[in-house]
Amino acid sequence: MSTPHRALVARIRWSWLWCLPAAWMAWQVLDWAVWQAVFRPDLAACKALQHQGACWGVVQVKGMAWLFGRYPVDERWRPALAMGLWLGSVMWQCLPVFGLRSRRGPAPELAPLLAWPLGLWLMSGQGPGLQLVDTAQWGGLPLTLLLTALSLIAGAPLALSLAWARHKGAAWLSWPVTTLIEVIRGAPLVMWLFGAAFVLPGLLPAEWHWGPLARVLLVTTLFSSVYAAEILRGSLATVLRDQAEAAAVLGATWWQSQTRVILPQVWRQSLPPLTSHAIGVLKDTALVTIVSLQDLTGAMGISLNGDADWRPFFLEAYLVIAGVYAAMCLCVAAIGHRLEHNATH
Amino acid sequence: MPVVLVMISLDFLAQPAGFDLGETGGWLFDASQPLWQAMLIGLSNTLRVSMPALLLALLLGTVVGMGRLSTEPVPRRLAGLYVNSLRNVPLLVQLLLWYFLLIECLPAPNEALHLLPGVWLSKGGLAFPWWAPEAGGWSLPAQEAFNVQGGAAVTPEYLAVAVSLSTYSAAFVAEVVRAAVASVPVAMVEAAQTLGATQAQVRWRVVLPQAWRAAMPPLSNQVLNLIKNSSLAVAVGYPDLVSVGNTALNQSGKVLECMGLMMMTYLMLSGLASLVMNLLGRHSRTVASQ
Repeated sequence: MSTPHRALVARIRWSWLWCLPAAWMAWQVLDWAVWQAVFRPDLAACKALQHQGACWGVVQVKGMAWLFGRYPVDERWRPALAMGLWLGSVMWQCLPVFGLRSRRGPAPELAPLLAWPLGLWLMSGQGPGLQLVDTAQWGGLPLTLLLTALSLIAGAPLALSLAWARHKGAAWLSWPVTTLIEVIRGAPLVMWLFGAAFVLPGLLPAEWHWGPLARVLLVTTLFSSVYAAEILRGSLATVLRDQAEAAAVLGATWWQSQTRVILPQVWRQSLPPLTSHAIGVLKDTALVTIVSLQDLTGAMGISLNGDADWRPFFLEAYLVIAGVYAAMCLCVAAIGHRLEHNATH
Repeated sequence: MPVVLVMISLDFLAQPAGFDLGETGGWLFDASQPLWQAMLIGLSNTLRVSMPALLLALLLGTVVGMGRLSTEPVPRRLAGLYVNSLRNVPLLVQLLLWYFLLIECLPAPNEALHLLPGVWLSKGGLAFPWWAPEAGGWSLPAQEAFNVQGGAAVTPEYLAVAVSLSTYSAAFVAEVVRAAVASVPVAMVEAAQTLGATQAQVRWRVVLPQAWRAAMPPLSNQVLNLIKNSSLAVAVGYPDLVSVGNTALNQSGKVLECMGLMMMTYLMLSGLASLVMNLLGRHSRTVASQ
């Protein structure tokens, strides 16, 4: 037998050896999740399973409560519509990223600018025609999306300013900014969220009437922006000084050299870590559960904890929620990869 | 306009804590003991859970990272599945999932699972052998009428935090390991092979030192993240530093002092961790330059 042939046979045997435990694991998972599982919302059938199979009926019974949290049942169309507007505007914005729509549409940047305030107005019902719903009652997936998007979007200009101040600012500017960044990054988000829940009410002027959601948003925005600032600072440092000097020699103003020369390069450099950062912010929104906001995770926990019948099926519920988060994270990652591809090609 | 003077004083730390701790990790503590002792126990709880979790995460992460680099398709896919599914789900969801599994799906303490000789797992937690000098040797836990006695034991809360932290961080460590090994130029390996180096020599003398150096900065980031992420323990009622500090804050009303103390402690922990990682990195540089 020739040597390459023998190597091939050995290789196939090794691969087979690996397949056995993998196949066994897959079999176990499928057996539990599909073959033995109950898909109807039938409590008696689910209890009869004795956890030998999954009870996916829990999603049908409780899914709406997970999606919308404590939002008044009759008004659920409002967060649903708001969510549709937000996701739709993001998707519309992402179409050119994936090469599916020409960039020269009718003012495409207007879509999110309109959709976000409109969705917020729908959820809160400020103004005529709608019932007021306090932010304390907001929950579920809209809250998760809102926390992620606002922390990232509102944090972006702040992050850029902080990065610039730490990188290029005079000593009186860079020192306080550095301290701020290091202090916020040094402690865990959970601690800052406790700060938002218990400390901020004492520090903010009483007449501002900030609800828990606004305080948490303030903290998550700050927290997200210092991490983004560090990413941007790293990229700022890689853009050589010659670039700005060359721009100046060509007669560009400071603003032109920043927006036309420096920032595009910074953007290209920071895209991969910024994508991971966005995914991190999305995952971190789950932590607001700890300070009693009912985001997707919190709404799910509350809906099952308070129901002795369906409580035993927490495992299925957690797996479904985990799947929702994973799907959202993969979407963000796909957008990031595509932006990266577009920026370098 | 009234001028508000904030007087910072740490006297309140000497007053009785006024609350009990669910878990002290072997220290004796009750509500009448001073607050600073409660805070110290919180810190010790944070370290007690994050240090073993760190070790596990590094081990598991290295194995998974090597799996992703494997030429065998099955382990490579399995490792990829592990990394992608754990990295994309919030740690809090994973922690609550583990906690639910541990407290709901395990048998009661009077019929604990006998995993290994001397290791018992039940709703009451994990019991394992422990060195007991006063008994003159190893103390082995054993099943008794109502629960498992002897040895040392950790609570389900501790287990849930330790397991979720280590499996979650391992996914990130695996990516660091993979990127570090991939960053070693192929030409280096080929050059070593041309010079007659064996497979083991290439691996240990050429790839490892350089991969180690490349892995240190991102790895130290992951270490810091793990320590900070251990604060999620509050969600399952494990009294870590943030949990105790927050209770102290609410009990004493000393908002700025408690926040400041927690912040300083985390900054010190972060500083210590970066120092250790820097020392490890420096060591590798001297090895590589020899």
